[in-house]
Amino acid sequence: MGATFIEKLLRRNTGIADAKCGDIVTANVDRVMIHDIFIPFVKEKFEEMGFTEIWDPDKVVLIYDHLVPASQLDDPRHHRIGNEFAAKYGLTHVHRSDGICHQLMTEAGYVKPGNVVFGTDSHTTTYGCVGAFSSGIGYTEMASILGTGTLWVKIPETIKVVIDGELPEHVTSKDVILRLIGDLTAAGASYCALEFSGSTVENMTVASRMTMANMAIEAGAKCALFTPDEKTAEYCAVELTEDMKTLSGDPDANYLKTIHYQAEELVPALACPSQVDKIRPVSELEGLEIDQVFLGSCTNGRLEDLRTAAAIVKGKTVAPFVKFIVTPASRKIYLEALEDGTLDTLAAAGAIITHPGCGLCCGRTGGILTDGERVVATNNRNFLGRMGTSKVEIYLASPATAAACAVTGKITLP
Amino acid sequence: MGMTLAEKIIASAAGVESVRPGDIHTVELDYLMSNDGTTHLTIDMYNKLAHPHIADVSKLVWIVDHNLPSDSVKTAASHKKMRDFAKQNGIAFYEGKGVCHQIMMEHHVRPGQLIFGADSHTCAYGALGAFGTGVGCTDYLYAMVTGKSWVLVPESLRFNLTGRLNPGVTARDLILTIIGRIGANGANYKAMEFGGEGLKTLTMSDRIAICNLCVEAGAKTALMEADEVALDYLAQRGRAPKHVFHADPDAAYAETYEIDMTEIVPVVAKPHFVDQVVPASQCLGTRIDEAFLGSCNNGRMEDLRAGAAILKGRKVADSVRFLVVPASGEIYRQALEEGLLKIFMESGAIVMNANCSVCWGSCQGVIGEGETLISTGTRNFKGRAGHPNSFVYLASAETVTASAVAGEITTADRLPKLED
Amino acid sequence: MAETFTARIWALGDDIDTDIVIPTEYLALKTVQDMTPYAFSPLRPELAAQIQPGDVIVAGKNFGCGSSREQAPEVIKALGVKAVIAGSFARIFYRNAINNGLLLIECPALCTDVQDGDEITVEVGKSITVGGRTYPIGALPENLLDIINAGGLVKAMRKRNGLD
Repeated sequence: MGATFIEKLLRRNTGIADAKCGDIVTANVDRVMIHDIFIPFVKEKFEEMGFTEIWDPDKVVLIYDHLVPASQLDDPRHHRIGNEFAAKYGLTHVHRSDGICHQLMTEAGYVKPGNVVFGTDSHTTTYGCVGAFSSGIGYTEMASILGTGTLWVKIPETIKVVIDGELPEHVTSKDVILRLIGDLTAAGASYCALEFSGSTVENMTVASRMTMANMAIEAGAKCALFTPDEKTAEYCAVELTEDMKTLSGDPDANYLKTIHYQAEELVPALACPSQVDKIRPVSELEGLEIDQVFLGSCTNGRLEDLRTAAAIVKGKTVAPFVKFIVTPASRKIYLEALEDGTLDTLAAAGAIITHPGCGLCCGRTGGILTDGERVVATNNRNFLGRMGTSKVEIYLASPATAAACAVTGKITLP
Repeated sequence: MGMTLAEKIIASAAGVESVRPGDIHTVELDYLMSNDGTTHLTIDMYNKLAHPHIADVSKLVWIVDHNLPSDSVKTAASHKKMRDFAKQNGIAFYEGKGVCHQIMMEHHVRPGQLIFGADSHTCAYGALGAFGTGVGCTDYLYAMVTGKSWVLVPESLRFNLTGRLNPGVTARDLILTIIGRIGANGANYKAMEFGGEGLKTLTMSDRIAICNLCVEAGAKTALMEADEVALDYLAQRGRAPKHVFHADPDAAYAETYEIDMTEIVPVVAKPHFVDQVVPASQCLGTRIDEAFLGSCNNGRMEDLRAGAAILKGRKVADSVRFLVVPASGEIYRQALEEGLLKIFMESGAIVMNANCSVCWGSCQGVIGEGETLISTGTRNFKGRAGHPNSFVYLASAETVTASAVAGEITTADRLPKLED
Repeated sequence: MAETFTARIWALGDDIDTDIVIPTEYLALKTVQDMTPYAFSPLRPELAAQIQPGDVIVAGKNFGCGSSREQAPEVIKALGVKAVIAGSFARIFYRNAINNGLLLIECPALCTDVQDGDEITVEVGKSITVGGRTYPIGALPENLLDIINAGGLVKAMRKRNGLD
């Protein structure tokens, strides 16, 4: 009998040749990521546990993103503790204002195909876009990894998702993943791996795959997995080895279930307030007035997302009394968008362009809203109160839909 | 007996031949600017009036700039109140376009006007020969409802500028030096009038920086004659003066100061008062945690160019958060086009959207307990930029940028030279 | 572990996410104790003040979905909540709760049958009784018992490092 992607990956990692789903194994960790909100807690637990050195400082990445720029009095404390922690234990991979953790982990080359990576953030599933097993954990477990370099993992069951065909114009990988979450429901992939394949996925950019892997957690998934290909190798600046190519699920592997989509049938979608799995086609909500649009986050703040939005707003202006907030996902993306004219197009249309970081997605600053306001956002969560009061309506959408909404001030098909 | 610039503008707004310091006059106002610092309070008071009414909606300009993008539910609620009211009443409304005073200069202010702003730095408009003064919500509301207000004619202080600033010395250093000399209440209730041959050497950006900061000496307003430089600026933006006033040679001044601009050196205002001004050379080596280049005082093209020229080929120190915030959306785009934003981003700076940012100290770049900031903002009051136990030094764009590179207070000429 | 206890319950629905348990706005407060007044505030702002030590939270499916914030189980524990009983738990929350010694019990049938203020009796690993009805419950997986028995992951690691 064949093996699933995750079974193969964890067999390689643990050296247990017959490891299979349901088994509890001790994984050897290739890289970890800790972001600024949790650094003080990780440090405290790490020291409370009695560790005096980090198992491999080169494998640890600290990223300041949720609290950049600082908006509350206690925020700079997190960065100070981060700097002290890095100095004390010899950590050299510290990003203080370079963008969102999940963007940087692959973009800056910390994660390679086949790696096992953990991060103190639920959207750590993102790195599955390059064929890594990555998952979010709490700060106590992170502290234990820093000391031991290992973590116990129950090898998850796998749901196979096959998407074939060509996506219609203005339908993006965001619309695909929203549809999938709607069909699976918010708990539908709990504890499972989501394995993506099919011609649509093969034709996607790594950036588009990243959007899907990022949101896998919204269906409860432990991880998302995409088989490494030439595009992956180029993005990760590695050579595509035969070994990497074997990272895929076998046809006769033991899948919990298989879901098929035909790309041509997919449409621009929205996740409606206040559950990520409350999915409706944009066409059904057209005309609903909005107050703000947010383009950004680790889900959809990449160059292709900014370019898509720029193409839609080019020569137009943001609707009166509507704010269009653009927060690129990283410093590199900001610079690329600056060079190719994308930022100027967005700024000319009236967009408010902020420094790269989590911004509004993490709900601490970046465009907080109040009772009765409605926002269309390209990020990953629309939970109650996530961007302000519990009477704020958050609609999650693709960058194309979001940009179209910014121009009209209403929910609009791109 | 002749009149000062301030007296002439008040006389014109009051429709009288002449005024004298100490007179109280009812005046017609040309603009009423208000921002998100206080507009929600004005609206609350307005809604309690027996007969709410706006005298002339075309005079109102409302600008959201202090906390943008919004950082809290409270902020969002006050923005919404302001936005809804503006929409309902047809008030000129800017949100996300930049700092209020910069927007007023770019789009509205004309020489000879009398303008109330619900913000203390409204005195900036003197750079275009307009009488701008900061007022509270109650005064603002009265003017909004009646179109008029009363003004106590201030005494004027005259500053005769001679010579020219040396390279590496800025208008910011000049005005900080003046404030240091006359003290934080040295111009209380008074108008600060600038003139002399030296004025001609100063750009519009320099002039805005000078007038803007005069409130830190307690001034009611600051004024400069609208000369060729000012009229060019205005013409480029398709506006004409309301009236170009000149101070009379025999106008009476409470005090006249002769300022030789060649003597000015880079300075810093030390914590916690704007008049604690010393040469920057006396603060060398003071470790900093954050640097800020921006604000209505120093967030214009000239400032960004100065900062970028220093940063090019250099990196922001690891220990420093360097926030660069253009004063308006227009400046953001210009800086982008000139390649300045690229230089800032490549050097490790944090580039934000046009807004008050660190100067206001609330929604971005907040400094923590025990931290030190060097800033081109307007104020260094205790706690202004964050934690009550923190320290703010004010300095020019050049000094701030050089300090961001060094990780400690220094001046641009002291940075190690770049190799070719 | 054959513990039995009786408790007053607070009934919540499905998909109680960690942003509801403790909003991001409060995550950078200095201590978990500082965060407790804001627990569940987007959904029920008054709840944190009503919860008494020893109370139990009962919810539907997918409790703790969303963010990896460990403050979520920590703040629940800091409020004195004895256990969370839910139809199912999201996995990161589940691990975080175990690592902090917060008792979690899966019982899909319970949440639709109870309301705020009901009194339940829990026999850990065996059953829950409320209003004369009894619901069977499972025991924890073995590999987690080591962590629980050690008193949480921090204590387990201290033991490993020869400290306790």
